[in-house]
Amino acid sequence: MSETHLDQLSKSPGSDQHDGHDGHHTGIPHGTFKGYMTGFLLSVILTAIPFYLVMEMPIPDAQLVGFTVVAFAVVQILVHMVFFLHLDPRAEGGWIILALVFTIILVVIAIAGTMWVMYHLNANMMPVHDMPGS
Amino acid sequence: MMDRAVFPEDVEFHPAEEPHHPEGSSTMLGFWIYLMSDCLIFAVLFAVHAVFGASYAAGPAPKDIFELELVAINTAVLLLSSITFGFAMLRMHMGDKKGTLIWLGITGVFGVIFLAVEIYEFTHLISIGATPQRSAFLSSFFTLVGTHGLHVTFGTIWLVTMMVQVWKFGLIEANQRRLSCLSMFWHFLDVIWIGVFTFVYLLGVLQ
Repeated sequence: MSETHLDQLSKSPGSDQHDGHDGHHTGIPHGTFKGYMTGFLLSVILTAIPFYLVMEMPIPDAQLVGFTVVAFAVVQILVHMVFFLHLDPRAEGGWIILALVFTIILVVIAIAGTMWVMYHLNANMMPVHDMPGS
Repeated sequence: MMDRAVFPEDVEFHPAEEPHHPEGSSTMLGFWIYLMSDCLIFAVLFAVHAVFGASYAAGPAPKDIFELELVAINTAVLLLSSITFGFAMLRMHMGDKKGTLIWLGITGVFGVIFLAVEIYEFTHLISIGATPQRSAFLSSFFTLVGTHGLHVTFGTIWLVTMMVQVWKFGLIEANQRRLSCLSMFWHFLDVIWIGVFTFVYLLGVLQ
């Protein structure tokens, strides 16, 4: 919201005030051939490396490989969002990105919270096989 | 921010009448919000798998039953279907009905191949006794991967429906809008698949 937007409202209350809709009725984000190919090539690389790391195990440290694989996944998700889903922070007046950020917060709370609670629940449980008489 | 507090007297802060929205102008945002809610379904299933992923109940572990070659094939197929859907959308924006249909058809074939490989994987697992009833790990595995597979199934049905629509009615505005929704759905499923092959298969085998 800027002052120019307020000016437009006061000048032409009856006309089309949605700058995003002018001559672009469906609001469909356009991709380009170059964009799709860039996204595809990046995805191929970002997929091939984690599969190679796990299937061939060139690095014997499983924990390090695990972190690397997750890092590649995060980058690849971003690549898909930008090149395939055409995520634009300004699209639909910012509501798309707002809904996405809100969802990411909920996803993080749900997954991290679940793991945190369930891990502690597990760790604090008395192991069955250590109980006397079992 | 403070300088905006001073306005001329005749400024209207809201339009005098409801702004007119062209038909379907809010469909893309609405569909995006549906996708976000779908994302939450998968978040819950991923959370369940994070908890139960190591509860084998003395049954098979991921290392014993997962064939990463199959997963790699499925990942490649889904990725290829994403780019072919992208080409269909480019053809659609060019107004090329035949090209759109051809690329949609190729995308559909990739979708069916993905489902065939996944059904083969599931039936193979069940035939060797790694059923959903065997352990909490396998229950959550079948639920998570099965839910993704169901989405791909319905996406493929939707894709065939759209091919018939485009073939019969052409690239009318309504069809363009529907194809854009399906395109978002399809790419979204590929994003979910990144999570599946990373957290379920690759990290599962690493355990």
